Amino acid sequence: MYGFEALTFNIHSGYLEAIVRGHRSGLLTAADYNNLCQCETLDDIKMHLSATEYGPYLQNEPSPLHTTTIVEKCTLKLVDEYKHMLSQATEPLSTFLQYITYGHMIDNVVLIVTGTLHERDVHELLEKCHPLGMFDSIATLAVAQNMRELYRLVLVDTPLAPYFSECITSEDLDDMNIEIMRNTLYKAYLEDFYDFCQKLGGATAEIMSDLLAFEADRRAVNITINSIGTELTRDDRRKLYSNFGLLYPYGHEELAVCEDIDQVRGVMEKYPPYQTIFAKLSYGESQMLDKAFYEEEVKRLCLAFEQQFHYGVFFAYMRLREQEIRNLMWISECVAQNQKSRVHDSVVFIF
Amino acid sequence: MESSSSWSRALVQISPYTFSAIGIAIAIGVSVLGAAWGIFITGSSLIGAAIKAPRITSKNLISVIFCEAVAIYGVIVAIILQTKLESVPTSQIYAPESLRAGYSIFASGIIVGFANLVCGLCVGIIGSSCALSDAQNSTLFVKILVIEIFGSALGLFGVIVGIIMSAQASWPSKNA
Repeated sequence: MYGFEALTFNIHSGYLEAIVRGHRSGLLTAADYNNLCQCETLDDIKMHLSATEYGPYLQNEPSPLHTTTIVEKCTLKLVDEYKHMLSQATEPLSTFLQYITYGHMIDNVVLIVTGTLHERDVHELLEKCHPLGMFDSIATLAVAQNMRELYRLVLVDTPLAPYFSECITSEDLDDMNIEIMRNTLYKAYLEDFYDFCQKLGGATAEIMSDLLAFEADRRAVNITINSIGTELTRDDRRKLYSNFGLLYPYGHEELAVCEDIDQVRGVMEKYPPYQTIFAKLSYGESQMLDKAFYEEEVKRLCLAFEQQFHYGVFFAYMRLREQEIRNLMWISECVAQNQKSRVHDSVVFIF
Repeated sequence: MESSSSWSRALVQISPYTFSAIGIAIAIGVSVLGAAWGIFITGSSLIGAAIKAPRITSKNLISVIFCEAVAIYGVIVAIILQTKLESVPTSQIYAPESLRAGYSIFASGIIVGFANLVCGLCVGIIGSSCALSDAQNSTLFVKILVIEIFGSALGLFGVIVGIIMSAQASWPSKNA
């Protein structure tokens, strides 16, 4: 019952909620980012990070460091924390935690299929996969020739199986179809996650529907912008939009017919929450759109921690950590390539 | 003239000692339920938060102690109530005085039991939030403690009214 979760939430999930809030206090602050942005070399970055919670993960790395090593070790920390929480969780929290990783699973599947298409070695691809999205038979994805085989051989045993009903065709896999497959899968995943949260009810449903609606709307805008000028038809574009969120259904109608960025801007400015995002960009510019969306997302994720006794904090923590790892990757790349002036282009401060 | 099968007739035929015994049982039973509920709500958050911030453990035991106090109120009132029970001769069991005494012990038990139930819940939930916010920022602890103190006053109100109720539970004297 909404409002009375405080009475029974702690029976199963009180300990884990307290743990995830403890992890949140270890996220890097603006002061840490300022220190990191002043670094000259990757070894400086490693030294600054060893004073934070990433210390134990980075201290055994030999120099010379690569940016990929830093990102890999930081991701390893996130994976360890996630696995610890997953092992302690009971239903329905354990299903909820697993839902958070299906997005990474979809990305890994697409990565391997694309890589195989371009004749890359499977092992090389497996190393690039995100560790949160691994499943047992992932290496066999390299064998499939079209989507039907993909499904029949590998994916029917994974949690992604129910998302495939809309995109099984016998067409051969090529770049365009793979992107469409990725977006169709992600659409089905978001809708499934949304329904699951609605079933959970209470504060979880309220907070997660806001976060997932923002995600769905953001993806709709990105799909629109990325498919301007390609051979994706309007109907195909419509089919890739999720059926929930602030933009559903009228915004989707308008976005489907957009042919350039200014038209997209015109559509989005009718919705007050997105008006503020698009107001930050000047006309004709789309590079800063990603950063503006990330900032808005971080703002909403931090708000999820304001309430107690719901599952949204777990989702918010995982996303904030991923944002932090993105920040670290950007800073490391800027430092490694000696482009420190561009560091602040893409770093989103969390606190 | 009342019909022989009316509900009021049936209720009046229940022995006042039944009501008294149920009242005493509720006083202690439901109070302990409230205390236990509050302790597990605050304890699970306290344990998880103390992993990242071990300094909070000793201070936040105060929340657990406030919940425990609620159970102690229930025990005290139950003991007081049971001293109010007296035997009356069989002819006097259904006299109005006896019924009044039985009902007031019953009411006292319900008052104390349910006041302590909600007090224990209240202190438990606030204690959980207190532990989590103390782990992030230690200046918040004393401020949230003030809220807890107001919460635990609710149990005290219940105890006071319960004791006043039961103070005038006088059974008819033996030679009436």
